[in-house]
This record gives sequence, C-alpha cells and structure tokens, in this order.
Amino acid sequence: MNKPLLGTLLGGVLGVFDGLTALISAPETAPDIVGIVIGSMCKGLIVGALVGWYASRVHSLAKGLLVGVVVSAFFAFLIAAIPQSDGTHYWVEIMLPGMIVGLIVGYATQTFGRTRTLPVR
Amino acid sequence: MTWLSDAVVGRLREVATWPELTSDRYEIRRPVGRGGMGTVYAAYDTVLEREVAIKVSNALVPDDGLEERLRLEARVLARLEHPGIVPVHDAGVLDDGRLYYVMKLVHGETLAARAPALTTEADRLAVFLRIAETVAFAHDSGVVHRDLQPANIMVGRFGEVLVLDWGVARLVDLIESPGIRVGTPGFMAPELQRGDSATAEPAADIFALGALLNWILGDAAVPRRLRAIANKCAQPDPRDRYSNAADLVADLSRYRAGLPVSAHRDTLAERAALWFTKYQTLVFLIAAYLLMRALFAFFQRTP
Repeated sequence: MNKPLLGTLLGGVLGVFDGLTALISAPETAPDIVGIVIGSMCKGLIVGALVGWYASRVHSLAKGLLVGVVVSAFFAFLIAAIPQSDGTHYWVEIMLPGMIVGLIVGYATQTFGRTRTLPVR
Repeated sequence: MTWLSDAVVGRLREVATWPELTSDRYEIRRPVGRGGMGTVYAAYDTVLEREVAIKVSNALVPDDGLEERLRLEARVLARLEHPGIVPVHDAGVLDDGRLYYVMKLVHGETLAARAPALTTEADRLAVFLRIAETVAFAHDSGVVHRDLQPANIMVGRFGEVLVLDWGVARLVDLIESPGIRVGTPGFMAPELQRGDSATAEPAADIFALGALLNWILGDAAVPRRLRAIANKCAQPDPRDRYSNAADLVADLSRYRAGLPVSAHRDTLAERAALWFTKYQTLVFLIAAYLLMRALFAFFQRTP
C-alpha cells in the first residue's frame, strides 16, 4: 500500500473513531452524532491524504510528525471554530485529540507504506 | 674486509627464498603470510602502480598436488566476482615451474583478531551476515568453500569482510576420492570429519557457518531465536540444516528485522513481545490518544 493511500485510510478510520468518542466525552452531542462522525471522518481523510502525500516525498520522521500535527491542528481548528448551539466551542476536546491523531498518521506514513518508485529506463 | 651483521645476513637469506618472477611487472616487497599450499607476498604492480598480493605455490616439484590445488583456487576465485571475495588479477608460472597468481592486497586483520572489538550483537551479526552472503553467492555459483573458520575471514580497515583461503574449495557435486578430510576441527561438518562425503555439498559450509555464528556470538546471553538459527546450521544430519546459505541469510535478516524466523517456533508471549517491540511507538501514540479521550470523558462527567 502506498503512503498516501495508507494515510487516507488510517486518517478516515481514526476520524470515525474520534467522532464516535464524542458520545462518551460529550454525551449531549448524541443527537448530532451522525454529522459529527461524517465531519470527523472527512477531516481524517483529508489530513491523512495530505500527510501521506508529504511522507511519499519527504522521508524524515521528525518532519512527518510535525506536518501531521500542524495539518491536523489546522483542520481541527476549523471544526472547533464552529460554535455549539449554546455558543460554546470545544477547542481542547477537538484540537488536542485531533493533533494526536495527526501524530499517529504522521508516524505511520513515515514508518510504513510503500514509497513511490520511479520506472527504470 | 667488512663483516655483515646478523640482521643483514638474515635479510639476505630471507630475500634469497623469495620467488623469481619471470615478468618484471611485479616487484616482491615482503612476505605477508604462509599457508600449507602457498606463500603470499606483498608486491608492487609497476604497470598499474599499485600494491598487490602474490600467492606462490609451496610445491617443491612442479607436479606436486599443491600445484593443482593452487590452480583450482585461482580459477575458483576468478569465477567468484563478489565484494566479499578477493579478486584475482593475473596468474602465471615462475622460472622454476611453480604457479603463482596475483590478487588484491587486503589490509586488515582476521576475524579471530577483530572479534574482541565487536562488542555488540549488532556488530557481530553485521559481520556474520556479510560472510553468509558471500558463501551464499559462492553456493549459487556452484562453489563450496569447505574450510570456513575465523582465521579465513579478513575484516578490512573500512569494515569490509572478505572470505579467504579457497584452497580446498570444490565445485558442487564434483566427485572426489572418499576418505579425504578437509576443514578445521570445530568448524568441520561431521560428514567431512568422517570422510564419508564423496561430493562437495553446501551443507558442509552451512555447518561451518553455524559453528562460526556460535563462535562469534560467544558465551554471552544470546536470544533464543538467534541461538536456534545457529543450532539449525550445526545439526549433525545435513538434512536438518538450512538447505542453502541464502535461506540462512534470509532467516538472519528476518531476525534482525524483528520478524519470526523459521528456525524457532515462537510462543504466544514471544510473538506479542516481537510485535510490541516493532510497533511500540505506534502503540504508545494510540495509548496516549485513548488515555486522553478517557480523561476527557472522566472530567466531563465529574461535576
């Protein structure tokens, strides 16, 4: 499996899982859980694809982790910035786990997955 | 009259024993080693302006059996073009009819001398893998070494590993007179010790590689999987050993990569430990994520 595909799949799976945890950490969000899971999955897919694409071009664990954190923090920020019905924001609850998911995807795509190989002429 | 000192006389005597090369291309500089079959001299190649090594037969008469062995060694070496095998550049006959061949001059020390400096398992395995890879190449080229032992391995100044002394090497399946015993005690396969192997088999080299692996690992605590690899090589019955050196190299590579090896059946606990060792960073990151989620859930529910 190549790195962008690995990142996309892993990001998507972790995104779904991350969205579902809202049922435990914030039970009051249960009526909106479908939207939360879909949004979290889309975020994971995009982050995973970007981080995986970066890993296929730059082979550096430190840089891969940093890109994973920054990209996921950015997308988590966009979601956390959407206010709840009572006007509050789940900054920490969304951004902190999202950044760890970015770390996981960054590490996995740097360590595993097939690197793109150029054809020999 | 001027008297020559003992040192000068000794030096003259030594030089007088050096071979007379018919060609003026090579200038003999000094002897660097002497074995049962031939003597190796450091020499200077005046055409290519580089140092080389020249191995000259010790045979007293040209039709001595040693001549044939040296000729075969040169041909075997010429056939094996590999970074772990000393390349042969030239061969010829001295005025007195003895054979010689010219090869690369290797600077370094034998594995027997270098071994104490190899302090970690990783260092020892790295050297051993180079040896096994070289032997695997020889087997693939149809050649069996038959005398693998620490004194026949040279480790160069830059870490290069060379398998030397192919004087008793044979082509695979070449039929010999039964009863011939070649090898070094401790590294010699039982079938060679008994002299009941009429053909040269790679299994004899596998046994020697196993003995070499046990030797290089020493008495220190060695992981069971690694010891199992060495023990599989050193089985008394050739059929119980690795079928060829390439399989041994593959198993050792799997061991180094933290993967299961064919020589050892891992228990469930050993498999779990292997898996955890390989993926420990990922496990740690996932655990950190789950812990954070659990903490969030705990504090959300705590009034």
